[in-house]
Amino acid sequence: MKIKQIAIFMENKPGHLRTICRVLADAGVNINTLSLADTSQYGILRLLSQDWERAREILAKSGFVVNVTEVLAVEVDDRPGGLFTLLDIVGDADLNIEYMYAFTHHVGKSAVMILRFDDPDKAISLLQAKNVRFLSGSDIFGKA
Amino acid sequence: MAAAKPDNRILDVEETYPRDRMTALQLDRLRRIVDYAKSRVPFFKKGLAGISGNDLKTLDDVRRLPFTTKADLHKSYPLGFLATPRNEIARIHGSSGTTGKMTFVPYSKNDLRNWTRLVARFLVAGGLRPGHLVQISFGYGLFTGGFGLHYGVEEAGAAVVPAASGNSERQLAILRDLQPDGLVCTPSYALALGEAIRAKGIRPEDLNLKFGFFGAEPWTEEMRGRIEDDIGLFATDNYGLSEVIGPGASGECVERTGMHFSEDHFLVECLDPDTLEAVPDGEKGELVITTLTKEAMPVIRYRTRDIASLSHAPCPCGRTGVKMSRVSGRSDDMLIIRGVNVYPTQIEEALLRIREVAPHYLIEVSRPDSMDEAIVKVEIVPEFFSASMRDMVTIQERIEGAISSVTGIRMGVELIAPQTLERFQGKAKRVLDKRPKPE
Repeated sequence: MKIKQIAIFMENKPGHLRTICRVLADAGVNINTLSLADTSQYGILRLLSQDWERAREILAKSGFVVNVTEVLAVEVDDRPGGLFTLLDIVGDADLNIEYMYAFTHHVGKSAVMILRFDDPDKAISLLQAKNVRFLSGSDIFGKA
Repeated sequence: MAAAKPDNRILDVEETYPRDRMTALQLDRLRRIVDYAKSRVPFFKKGLAGISGNDLKTLDDVRRLPFTTKADLHKSYPLGFLATPRNEIARIHGSSGTTGKMTFVPYSKNDLRNWTRLVARFLVAGGLRPGHLVQISFGYGLFTGGFGLHYGVEEAGAAVVPAASGNSERQLAILRDLQPDGLVCTPSYALALGEAIRAKGIRPEDLNLKFGFFGAEPWTEEMRGRIEDDIGLFATDNYGLSEVIGPGASGECVERTGMHFSEDHFLVECLDPDTLEAVPDGEKGELVITTLTKEAMPVIRYRTRDIASLSHAPCPCGRTGVKMSRVSGRSDDMLIIRGVNVYPTQIEEALLRIREVAPHYLIEVSRPDSMDEAIVKVEIVPEFFSASMRDMVTIQERIEGAISSVTGIRMGVELIAPQTLERFQGKAKRVLDKRPKPE
């Protein structure tokens, strides 16, 4: 249910993202989706990969600061109001989303949102009760 | 447009003593202060053992006396250098030190009287006259700037608006509505006020400012030009440090070719900071100052760590006091940021309180517009890196809070990746000062 996300600390320097991508490319690691949070000084690159363990290892070995976090992948109807419906349920359950981003591929007819909660387990139990459908790693990576 | 050069006026006859008379006065006072300090302060009793005032035959004999350093003052914290009974203290000021510890400086009634007079000397030298109104935008507190200038202005027969520091809106309202003749603040604050004045659409001719006294931090001729153009006044520099008295140790006259020392109260030497040998006139060295009249806390050969040159060339103003150049640097790593003394070790102390970062850092000081800006680059510890921006910002804010509580000023914090700052074998370079420097 929970999916491992790799986060990489990025100094705001030209070429930094390129270097990260080259390290992963050289190791044959595919990036399935990514999101970048940035301040004026530094950024946090968050990415999902089927080969997250290898990605972590290879990045750490190349001197990057890497962290693994558990995130949830949620199916969202790909229509107007689809994301709203989900957020409505999240809000009613009084859950706080720390950050979220979209998965770049469709799974079936649905769009996929990646969400990070303070407490992923609590989020799973509260949202499953509301019929929110979570996707597993094999769901999203297998069909990507 | 800068304001016209004020007339030259000299407050005290001591400012014009011929060299031989000044030398005789200084030698007499040096002998007394050596005996006085030795009999009252344990540090000097030890350091001056085997030497008495009468052993000093000429002023050059001052070189036989040991130095006093900031570290010596620290070791005697809080009042180990007090030379009078405690109930004869009239006031205590303070300055920050290398480890976040204050240095307290006690003054006797006579010390305050002398200090006030010395401040009045440079104020009169720079254009202040009885009847003038002066806005003092220095902090009032342990820092010697506020109270020192305040009483000096009153001593000169002029009036004070104690505006204190900060709140530019209110500063501008006072400048515009009370029409003071003079302004006292740090040079960087003067620049900031100048910009605020322009932003408000106030023209220099809407104000009545004639002169400004700017000190407490190093500044350049270029800054002087900008301040004078922006605010429309005649700007002079002054120098001092709390350990010897505060502002008023020296100050510029209207000729502005250097800051005249009040040599009747201070014996100043300029030494090579490495060899500790005297350097000739015009050559840069570290200023070393002996207080000749201080009662509550005399210091002998105090190493100021300020780098400047001295000149005995005659001055058209008629003052004979030796002139010092602008301070061009420090012989230690102390920084002056927005008028506040900051030591890199203070940053280290603050960082040691935060486990999420390594004690590797670089302080970058710049002056993007007119105010000093300091940014501390800090390496994060890998295991505390979080994918959540909120966690990262929290770490950053905690560091900023720790730095502010140790140094007393706000600095920006920039988190950087581990192992990115240069590692040093010997003395680490912790500071990158990008501010323009006096020649």
